[in-house]
Amino acid sequence: MAITSFSTKDGLKITAAALAVLALAACQTNRKPTLSPTAPTPTAPTVPAPPNPTTPPPVSLGPIPGSTQDFVINVGDRVYFDFDSFDIRADAQPILEAQAGWLQRYSGVQIRIEGNADERGTREYNLALGARRANSVRDFLVSRGVSAARISTASYGKEQPIDGGTSEEAYQRNRNAHTALTAGAR
Amino acid sequence: MISDMRRNVLTAALAALTLLCAGFFGHPARAEIEVDVNRGDVQPLPIAVPAMSGGQIGAQIAQVITSNLESSGLFRPIDPNAFIERDLNVTIQPRFPDWKAINAQALINGAVVDEGGRLRVDFRLWDVFSEQQLLGLQFTASPENWRRIAHKISDAVYERLTGEKGYFDTRVAFVAESGTRTKRVTRLAIMDQDGANPTYLTDGGFIVMTPRFSPTSQELTYTELRPEGSSIYLLNLETARREKLGQFGGMTFSPRFSPDGSRVAFSAERGGNSDIFVMNLHSRGSSRLTADPAIDTSPSFSPDGNQIVFNSDRGGSPQLYIMGADGASPRRISFGQGRYTTPVWSPTGEFIAFTKQVGGAFHIGVMRPDGSGERILTTSYLDEGPTWAPNGRVLMFFRETSGGAPRLWTVDVTGRILRPSARQGSGSDPAWSPLLN
Repeated sequence: MAITSFSTKDGLKITAAALAVLALAACQTNRKPTLSPTAPTPTAPTVPAPPNPTTPPPVSLGPIPGSTQDFVINVGDRVYFDFDSFDIRADAQPILEAQAGWLQRYSGVQIRIEGNADERGTREYNLALGARRANSVRDFLVSRGVSAARISTASYGKEQPIDGGTSEEAYQRNRNAHTALTAGAR
Repeated sequence: MISDMRRNVLTAALAALTLLCAGFFGHPARAEIEVDVNRGDVQPLPIAVPAMSGGQIGAQIAQVITSNLESSGLFRPIDPNAFIERDLNVTIQPRFPDWKAINAQALINGAVVDEGGRLRVDFRLWDVFSEQQLLGLQFTASPENWRRIAHKISDAVYERLTGEKGYFDTRVAFVAESGTRTKRVTRLAIMDQDGANPTYLTDGGFIVMTPRFSPTSQELTYTELRPEGSSIYLLNLETARREKLGQFGGMTFSPRFSPDGSRVAFSAERGGNSDIFVMNLHSRGSSRLTADPAIDTSPSFSPDGNQIVFNSDRGGSPQLYIMGADGASPRRISFGQGRYTTPVWSPTGEFIAFTKQVGGAFHIGVMRPDGSGERILTTSYLDEGPTWAPNGRVLMFFRETSGGAPRLWTVDVTGRILRPSARQGSGSDPAWSPLLN
């Protein structure tokens, strides 16, 4: 019968075994304080071994060179302007230099520069202002050796803000020229 | 009671009257009442507009007239619950003491008759205190056009009492907006001036901007924004035919018809520089009107077609300039503090309306064509894009609260009567049509 087989003696045996496991766990904890009880045993490393420096990694973890992602992440596809201005700012120059360098490396890429304005202006004036900004970026890239034949320009005025907010920070983000890769990117 | 003779004259005259005919008793009697549209402090005229006889449609017509007159700010329609005389008969003189008792200065009564599938509406406008009839007119139309009859009656009453043409039998083209601020969907739309009968004209696939009416009201020109930039289009409202206007090798935007409808002035951009051009719609030839490295945009013709007011930042900030329609002798007219854009010449030639940006706020304002008499009519986070009612007395524009969707508003030229348009829902870039025929 089930009741008679569940003897006190058996219960004591179970308790003793549990204490033994706890004691072992306590010893391990004292030796390796950084390992949690659920962590793998020391024989299974938690991080892969560093690759041999003389061997290239089998898979690249970054964007594919020459891709739109590469351009956006490693170069920067947007530069910003002051209010009602289309002058290339000092903080925009290194980004545009990098854009020019990237475009010379990937000479099959075509781009469209899209000028944008904040909402603190009227529609038609801001369309014209966006065109000026796009053209400023175009002129800069051409001056750094990018063929004008690879560049088209457009203005979206205040019609396509990237920030829907109404703070000065939002206005600043919306005063920009975006370089879109329209063909030839990997 | 009116005499038999008067009744006979009345019947004969009504039979002869057609759309927009003259007043009933020959030249209009000198009204005791009048509304001065030029005074900024005018008290609205109390007017009674009881339901017309002829059932449901008679009541509806009276409601539309009431709301039109009320929206002008020049009239104060009296609550129908106060009326003493009920069931007026359009062929019998009203009981004036009943209307004097509720201080109605003017009274409109009328009758709607189904005449073999067409609506015939007879109406009269009365001067209650002098007990004179000021107007007696008859309109006929197909039943689905009953609102237009109401608008034409409103226009006739407005004109008789103010001395200015009305603006109620008109339409407004505008941009209906939906979506979020960073993913806006815009559709070209058109509605009656009072917000009724809204209809979409484009499907929202591309951003559309700045519709403007041709003087015939049957055609629009507007700007469409595609990934490669903006272009200007003509859209025929009767045939729905759409046509891109010209190839200019850059963006085109900011189109507006000449007053005779034969030309469209617009901005074309080349190499980042925007200049004003004009295209002859018959020959499709175009010529350049400005050649300045500044931004030149938002052209608007004077009513005689001989001059163009436009927006330029050639002086360092956006200001208003006037030049000949051939581009000759541009001269600056705005000299106040702030940035002036979107000039629009009034249909009467008297004023130029504009958007002004100063000190973080936007305003709609007017000035005379010589730059004098600047008057600011509105103030908000963003007020933009005025368009004139055809009588040059009222402006529609759009207003955005900070972070909100744009709404259409109207303001009269004195700045006293400012109110949201009856349109429910968002709207921007309004364009007021001429009076319909």
